[in-house]
Amino acid sequence: MSQEPHPTDVTNDTGAPAYRASRTPAPRASLTFCPDGPVLVRGDVDLRDEDGRPVDKPRPTVALCRCGGSAIKPWCDGTHKVNGYRSLD
Amino acid sequence: MTSTSVPTDVPAEPGPAPTRPMPLPAPRGPVGEALVRLLTGADRGTAALHAAVDAAVAAPPASWLEDDDVQHALLCLYELHYRGLAGVDDAWEWDVDLLRVRTTLEGLVEAELRTRVPVPDCGDRTRTGVAARLFRLTEEDDSPSLSRWVARRATEDQVRELLVQKSVYQLKEADPHTWAVPRLGGRAKAALVEIQADEYGGGDPERMHHALFASSLRGLGLDDTYGRYVDHVPAATLASSNVMSLFGLQRRLRGATVGHLAAFEMTSSLPNRLYGNGLRRLGHDDEATTWYFDEHVAADAVHEQIAARDLAGNLAEEEPALVDDVLWGAAVCLAVEGWAGARTIARWEAGESSLRLPL
Ligand code: FES
Repeated sequence: MSQEPHPTDVTNDTGAPAYRASRTPAPRASLTFCPDGPVLVRGDVDLRDEDGRPVDKPRPTVALCRCGGSAIKPWCDGTHKVNGYRSLD
Repeated sequence: MTSTSVPTDVPAEPGPAPTRPMPLPAPRGPVGEALVRLLTGADRGTAALHAAVDAAVAAPPASWLEDDDVQHALLCLYELHYRGLAGVDDAWEWDVDLLRVRTTLEGLVEAELRTRVPVPDCGDRTRTGVAARLFRLTEEDDSPSLSRWVARRATEDQVRELLVQKSVYQLKEADPHTWAVPRLGGRAKAALVEIQADEYGGGDPERMHHALFASSLRGLGLDDTYGRYVDHVPAATLASSNVMSLFGLQRRLRGATVGHLAAFEMTSSLPNRLYGNGLRRLGHDDEATTWYFDEHVAADAVHEQIAARDLAGNLAEEEPALVDDVLWGAAVCLAVEGWAGARTIARWEAGESSLRLPL
């Protein structure tokens, strides 16, 4: 199946494709609501604080506190397990 | 490379520190003595080792998990599969005689664990049912809390002891569970890799969790050499590391490895916050010392969700026959860690050191 050259395809000196950049779009960011626990955030998302300043995502998958009890907000620190939080979702 | 005979009493080996083999731990009884003599070439055949093992089996102690001789021997045998032992030929890793000895000793340990740790009951064996059962199991764990002791009461010496005790496993943190990666498939495999990639710093050697732990050791003026304090710790601490290798190295126990990892991650965030607080209470507030603990608060709050639902839960659906082993592996983790922690607290309450050798 012939395809248009992709802007990031790499060719060798004969012009033949040496490496073809993936056509698969980057996976969409996802939010996973953990029962009685945090929201897991995976993928490329723009996290901002209330003043619009970027919040650095320290690892590819982060857990956002939704019980309100974490000592390291916005991240979850496991406190939801001892403060009786129920997500009711 | 010039070939010289390696004196076994000198732990230093050439090469960069992070890849150096473990200094050969000192034997603690007849099995270990025969094993070390064999590994260092002082004995030619395995007859003495087999005889020592037979004698041990014939006179069982109250607990193999607290038997210094057997736990030392197992640790050495397992270490052949990790970074090796200083002055010991790597070819011993797959020596059939040593594997036979290891199988015998592992049989003793596994039989005791199967007797002392029942499989937790679980009516709902779906993905969410198994995850919920794991959360309940870890919440019901009532082992005495080492982390609370450290947060509120530990002295400087006790905190140093704690890091020494932890160093046996934490300097190879994540490695025993990584053995399960090629033994899983599908969503469970992807979940395990997601957790382990983070354990290994997401590609940054300085963020690897065992590297962060090494930094904490240095912060307390301790030696971060791999295996440096194996001789200092009691059998119960060796056992908690050996149980992970016992599970990790055997495909038939992959369910137990998954359960063990899940329980480990699910009992980590809150205790690590307390450990960090204890260090700060004692004036260790520099980031290089506390980063390991603070990092685990946030990281393991993520890992526990992935481990319970995506790893253990998916494995339960992909391989339903493994559900009991998953739950048992989690229960074993809680029990073995609990026994080792209780022993340390008992020593501290009595005003004694929890170590075998002074620092
Ligand atoms: S949701 Fe985990 S601490 Fe709030």
